Amino acid sequence: MLSRVAESIYWLARYIERAENTARIVMVNANLVLDTPKGMSPGWRPLITLTGSEDLFDKIYPESSERNVVKFLTGDTKNPGSTLSSLWFARENARIVRDVVPRETWEYINDLHIFAKGNLQSGLTQRGRYDYLKRIIAGAQQITGMLSGTMSHNAAYDFLRIGRNLERAEMTIRIIDVRTASLLSNKAELKPFENIQWMSVLKSLSAYQMYRRQSQTRVRRLPVLKFLLQTRDFPRAFYHCLCEVETALQHLPRNDKAMDILAAAKEKVLQADLDQLEQQALHVFIDELELALADLAAQLNSSYFVVEPSPVKQAA
Amino acid sequence: MPIRWKTYQTNDFYDELVKGGGRARPAAAALCKYLSSLKDKDIEERKSAAELAIHTMGVTFTVYSEEGGSIDRAWPFDIIPRVIAKSEWERIEAGLKQRVTALNMFIDDLYHEQRIVKDKVFPREVLEGSKNFRPECVGINPPLNIWAHICGSDLVRDKDGTVYVLEDNLRVPSGVSYMLENRLVMKRVFPELFENQSILPVDNYPSQLFDMLTSLSPRKSENPEVVVLTPGIYNSAYFEHAYLAQQMGAELVQGSDLVVGEDDCVYMKTIYGLQQVDVIYRRIDDEYIDPEAFRPDSTLGVPGLMRAWRAGKVALANAPGAGVADDKVVYAFVPKMIRYYLDQDPIIENVPTYLCMNKDERDYVIANLDKLVVKPANESGGYGMLVGPHASQKERDKFARLIKHNARNYIAQPTLSLSTTPTLVDLHVEPRHVDLRPFILSGEQITTTAGGLTRVALRKGSLVVNSSQGGGSKDTWIVDTGEA
Repeated sequence: MLSRVAESIYWLARYIERAENTARIVMVNANLVLDTPKGMSPGWRPLITLTGSEDLFDKIYPESSERNVVKFLTGDTKNPGSTLSSLWFARENARIVRDVVPRETWEYINDLHIFAKGNLQSGLTQRGRYDYLKRIIAGAQQITGMLSGTMSHNAAYDFLRIGRNLERAEMTIRIIDVRTASLLSNKAELKPFENIQWMSVLKSLSAYQMYRRQSQTRVRRLPVLKFLLQTRDFPRAFYHCLCEVETALQHLPRNDKAMDILAAAKEKVLQADLDQLEQQALHVFIDELELALADLAAQLNSSYFVVEPSPVKQAA
Repeated sequence: MPIRWKTYQTNDFYDELVKGGGRARPAAAALCKYLSSLKDKDIEERKSAAELAIHTMGVTFTVYSEEGGSIDRAWPFDIIPRVIAKSEWERIEAGLKQRVTALNMFIDDLYHEQRIVKDKVFPREVLEGSKNFRPECVGINPPLNIWAHICGSDLVRDKDGTVYVLEDNLRVPSGVSYMLENRLVMKRVFPELFENQSILPVDNYPSQLFDMLTSLSPRKSENPEVVVLTPGIYNSAYFEHAYLAQQMGAELVQGSDLVVGEDDCVYMKTIYGLQQVDVIYRRIDDEYIDPEAFRPDSTLGVPGLMRAWRAGKVALANAPGAGVADDKVVYAFVPKMIRYYLDQDPIIENVPTYLCMNKDERDYVIANLDKLVVKPANESGGYGMLVGPHASQKERDKFARLIKHNARNYIAQPTLSLSTTPTLVDLHVEPRHVDLRPFILSGEQITTTAGGLTRVALRKGSLVVNSSQGGGSKDTWIVDTGEA
């Protein structure tokens, strides 16, 4: 498989996943804001923080109003991380690898982009938003499912899995980082709403129902953190994503360096004593996990995407 | 109001489906009958189903515009197919094979002994003035001595029903993927028509192409590595490059994916490291394929590719230099080539062509610019032409000067009355002019597509079928009516 193609597939998966994740956090936040009393609501700013786009946002918009944030995250093509931009990048990458992905999937990606673009106006209204976002989330999941069900599980698919799971891992820790920061002010008057907020953290990751089934405890900080960081079974848990990357990576050649980084990151997250991590320490810890992901991405880049044409020797 | 053939005006033209008085030609009888049974609502439904299919299949072509950069446009498609009787097609097919055989012998001759020049059948001055003759190719023996492995010849039909070859595209002819997609769309939209008639299939083209390409491999391994070399996603035919690669299961590569080693072999950069490539179906023009040999500023090509090809380490299709025969002046000599190399009469004739390089013919052309179409030798896509009857006096004067200044570079042809075929216009049918581009593959054997890509000038009265200039396309049916 061509290095350039591997890279496009990897990004295709990341962008599809990003579109889904971004759509979901907007949807969940809308619910959270409705459920929290005025004056206590975290508002919309945290979404800008957790997508890491504060500088860009502040350049374009004067304030973090609902309308501005929703527009920025869904339909703003000036924001490379908006759902619409993500779908566009996914489509362009799919176009590059049109000969590798199953044809129906390409048609579907193309379709979803056409939908996202064509229905943006209604998606930006409060009433149309839910259906619009739901359709995008379902569309992205359908693409993921189609790929898993119709594409050979070969090297190309391994890159797809790696891309998808790295993107998921990153989103999970960012949500934890930002959401826990706005939660833990420990003010007495906020106590009644803490539960709602932790629920929204879980829902941002489609994790609420699975958490309930697995933990059978109240929604509290420690079990939630454990669930989202250390579970093997839940597909958006950080540890699970790393294991998925590992499985895919095992099939690929020249994987030793990337495997080392991965092993270290797995150990780090499993060994962490989450109970002992107060907010500041948790923030530092999450930063370290983010760095590990960045290292891994850089290693993938140099192992697979940039091939130096020096020694002319045919590898196996 | 449904389609009524009685009121369909073929005017003075040859119509592909309908004879005068609204009677269908035999091969089109079933189709015409079916179409007239459709209600407006049915036609509308089929039409939008086809549009939807094209939209979601992502069948696009890229158009350049100075303001907007490059944009993808949906491929304009007309749902009424163009029909040709199998008996007639067989004769055309034989003619195409004959023509391509002679063209390949001609190219091989030019890069070796140049017998045809020595025997004064082909003038030396034409060869010397040829923009696409590549001295770098002299003396090279490509596999099977074939240079033009993939050829797209444009056919037109005149008023009296005679089919002529209008030009031969031997460099990087495109359009075959649209032919394949058009058929897919039609099968989705009109399945019942395919059930009740014997329409020759077209979808074996990708496997024929793949077989032909593998037969060129210098290494006689079981699975030669075949790649399609594309200039990239901004090329107008990128859709086709990706499509063909996908259909053949070949890698779609860009110049930057390939590297030529010190052993003169070509390698592609893969996640496993470097992997040797045996056959390159290149969709990049000669001038851009190798910055070491041709344009040094080309970023699309692969440095050292010509070196690898000359050393016989990789096969290129079409071979570099094959474009020498893709020249409208050389075109005029194809009937002579057929007689010279094959000792046969051409089965399909050329459109009568005046060579401006010959004084008598030039004088005639300049005196009759209002009746003729003037074409430069080496442009494609309909650029740089003069359509005399529709041009202003000022444009004609300009061309008179151009011709005098560079006579070798121009030919002229009478304006043909291109045949028409019924085309959907606001839910009724009107005649629109069409041509036909069949594709001919030359390897160990020669195969042609069943029919080809029918291009249609969608504007009333227009003769320009190029997609970049308002043309569309139709599915082309070779129908077996059971007649001999």
